[in-house]
Amino acid sequence: MLQMQNLRKVYNRGTVNENVVINGLSLNIDEGDFITVIGSNGAGKSTLLNAISGAIEVDEGSIVLNGKEISNLPEFKRSRFIGRVFQNPAMGTSPSMTILENLSMAFNKGKRFGLTFGVSKRNISHFREILSQLNLGLEDKLNVKVGLLSGGQRQALSLIMATMSDPEILLLDEHTAALDPATSERIIEITQDIVQSRKITTLMVTHNLHHAIDLGNRIIMMHRGSIILDIKGDKKKGLTKESLLKLFEKTHPDDLSDRLLLA
Amino acid sequence: MSGLIGVVLEQGFIFGIMALGVYITYRTLDFPDLSVDGTFALGAAVTAASLVKGINPITACTLSLLAGILAGAVTGFLHVKLGITNLLSGILVMIGLYSINLRIMGKANLPFFNKETIFTGSSPKIVIVLVIAIGVKLILDLFLKTKIGFVLRATGDNPGIVVSLGIDIGLIKILGLALSNGLVSLSGSIMAQYQRFSDVGMGSGIIVMGLASIIFGESVLKRFSLISPSTMVLAGAIMYKASTSIALELGFPPTDLKLITSIIVVIALGLSNKRIGTTLKRVISRGGDSNAANAKSA
Repeated sequence: MLQMQNLRKVYNRGTVNENVVINGLSLNIDEGDFITVIGSNGAGKSTLLNAISGAIEVDEGSIVLNGKEISNLPEFKRSRFIGRVFQNPAMGTSPSMTILENLSMAFNKGKRFGLTFGVSKRNISHFREILSQLNLGLEDKLNVKVGLLSGGQRQALSLIMATMSDPEILLLDEHTAALDPATSERIIEITQDIVQSRKITTLMVTHNLHHAIDLGNRIIMMHRGSIILDIKGDKKKGLTKESLLKLFEKTHPDDLSDRLLLA
Repeated sequence: MSGLIGVVLEQGFIFGIMALGVYITYRTLDFPDLSVDGTFALGAAVTAASLVKGINPITACTLSLLAGILAGAVTGFLHVKLGITNLLSGILVMIGLYSINLRIMGKANLPFFNKETIFTGSSPKIVIVLVIAIGVKLILDLFLKTKIGFVLRATGDNPGIVVSLGIDIGLIKILGLALSNGLVSLSGSIMAQYQRFSDVGMGSGIIVMGLASIIFGESVLKRFSLISPSTMVLAGAIMYKASTSIALELGFPPTDLKLITSIIVVIALGLSNKRIGTTLKRVISRGGDSNAANAKSA
């Protein structure tokens, strides 16, 4: 469904600060895959998501989505079939606009943004129903400005908005990392509900090994810009935190500091 | 004195149209657009040249509006397509327009005392400016409630969300700048007809007046949650005009007006800046609440 071939991204090429953030990475993602991505800081996880979404341009390699080469498309064009939630809850919503206005914009994604009214009364009950499933009380706050919501509420709303127009692929970039543990668990539950019920192909970067193991059908570990582990299906179900760390040590015995970072 | 109040209201509403334009870029797009100094004079120049040629005043207003839209689109093009910073894009267009305005008028000052203007009829001036200003305000309010208006608001608020909606944010910025400068130019056109001449220096400092109006209106009226932002801007323009008139009444010479404008903006910004407000509050009420709020960081 999404094929990446020999991606390469180098910052400060030809200088002493040359930094290879993605190093000949290839990855095939199948329809309906829910992949968790782990790796230490600087492993290239976020860069990988940025390369897919078009936030950065890769230096080499191809990205093919459903048979179509997208590596040359600008970010806003790729956004039409990609949904994304960031670590910072403020990034997925427009803070000075109300919940209703934010949802209305997301609902209209892929259609024309013309001179008709931004809020359509017909959609309100639909929005209320979606929000009530979150159990966060947001359905009664439709006319509240999003900037007044808590981080968890905003992140839940970001998830709803990112998936509203049925994206072909959903990119989650440590989307629970800025939240407190309880809220983080709630957002993970919501994520699982949405991804499973709607069967959205998903790539989720996380630093939480429990989430990485419990969620999804496939796990990849990145290290220095490459994928060093790729475990799917039944093999993934048997994984524990300890076995995962052992696997990492076996492939990279020298990188003790990274092991600590992962734990 | 009642004559003075009339003048304040008339000029306040004319400047209010300009301030509504500045509001689109400054608040909605988060773009400090200096080209308005040029487009205000552009509106006046186009109107003067048209009226001297005997063109109908309504057509002259429309031509000014279109000229402003075009100039704003140029600012947007420089910023979005050529990657020039927002401040510099505005300054470049402002400087360029100075020469263009001189070309349009043929000289630095073009009076048209005996020509027909929108104020020629029997209706009092205040009614005419009121109708235009309120009309512009209502159209702007409606526009910001449309789908494209939502996107415009989101652009200044969180550009990332606009990109994630699959929309070319560059085009939205160009659209916002075009609309903004269109309104500023229309305001310049009405101002020229009001004073019956156009001067190439008319626009200098317009951006500061626009900002003064926005900040003034917001800082005084934001506690009333039912007042829409555009109403605050219009009211702010009148408050601004009133405060400069009071300064003149107090005996300051008109040549001090720009300095007074600057000082008014500094005071308004300083007061609306939270730092001063909260420092004052802390001094006045240093109690359990403020200590408890800081407990987290301790």
